[in-house]
Amino acid sequence: MTLDDTDRALLRLLVADAGQPASVLGRQLGLSQPATWRRVKRLQDAGVLAGRRLVLDAAALGFGVTVFLGVKLATKGGVSLEDFERAVGAIPEVQVVTHVLGLYDYRLRVVARDLADFERVLRRRIMTLPGVGTVEANVLLSEERRPGPL
Amino acid sequence: MLDDVDRTLVRRWQAEPSLTVPELAVLAGLSPGQTARRLDRLAADGVIRGQVAVIDWAALGYPLRVSLRVTLDKTVPGTFDAFLAAARDVAEVLEIQTFLGRVDVRLALVARDLAHYQTLYRTRILSLPHIADIEALMDVAAVKADERLPL
Repeated sequence: MTLDDTDRALLRLLVADAGQPASVLGRQLGLSQPATWRRVKRLQDAGVLAGRRLVLDAAALGFGVTVFLGVKLATKGGVSLEDFERAVGAIPEVQVVTHVLGLYDYRLRVVARDLADFERVLRRRIMTLPGVGTVEANVLLSEERRPGPL
Repeated sequence: MLDDVDRTLVRRWQAEPSLTVPELAVLAGLSPGQTARRLDRLAADGVIRGQVAVIDWAALGYPLRVSLRVTLDKTVPGTFDAFLAAARDVAEVLEIQTFLGRVDVRLALVARDLAHYQTLYRTRILSLPHIADIEALMDVAAVKADERLPL
């Protein structure tokens, strides 16, 4: 899909705050409410706007630790990727699972209440997954999301 | 402090961010007024920071996603700040994380194709300040990507 400058400006506003009503968005773009709504609808229909995500303060909700794990499978031949993916995806503390190409096979984003809780998740749930080999852990210190090439 | 009703509201809403206040109220067994007051309080307290749009970058012509694991040269003062400030200027960068561990910084970026990635890598990434080592991993598939907290 090709975007014009107004589409880009609209996407930038929605990436910063998707809770704004069409009237408020339109005012910032110099568009009427129906014109804004039609553009949002078109971006949704094209699949560019894939949905919304609630941004939560994980620490305030009791999750003080986020860890990125690089997981390498032990023996590629005998392991079913589907079995690993199904099992890892079912762990509630695992927020994100990405199959990657490079140093590791999977990148996991894991939340836990504290480091002791993380150790429990790692030992009891991650290290017992079918086919899991080596695991590298990096504890998240800070994070920012950028709007991207809009 | 958060009570069980707050947690139920946040859990339901993060599972389906398009829900309206009256719909959330029904799911939580509250009146719409009570629900709105609780959500306002959770927002005022910073527990709910807001809602953001999720963009499908492949639909916009950026099907490639690469994760760069960067180790910085920490012998120079101000390394992190200088690197992060320069990384923010690369439009294709979507996520910047700093870590305690083997890796100092992770950059997640999108590209139009391999040729575009190669150009970005050579002209924009390798010119970022204080890089000691860098490893690239390419995303093959997103198996789970909802980022929900297990409330």
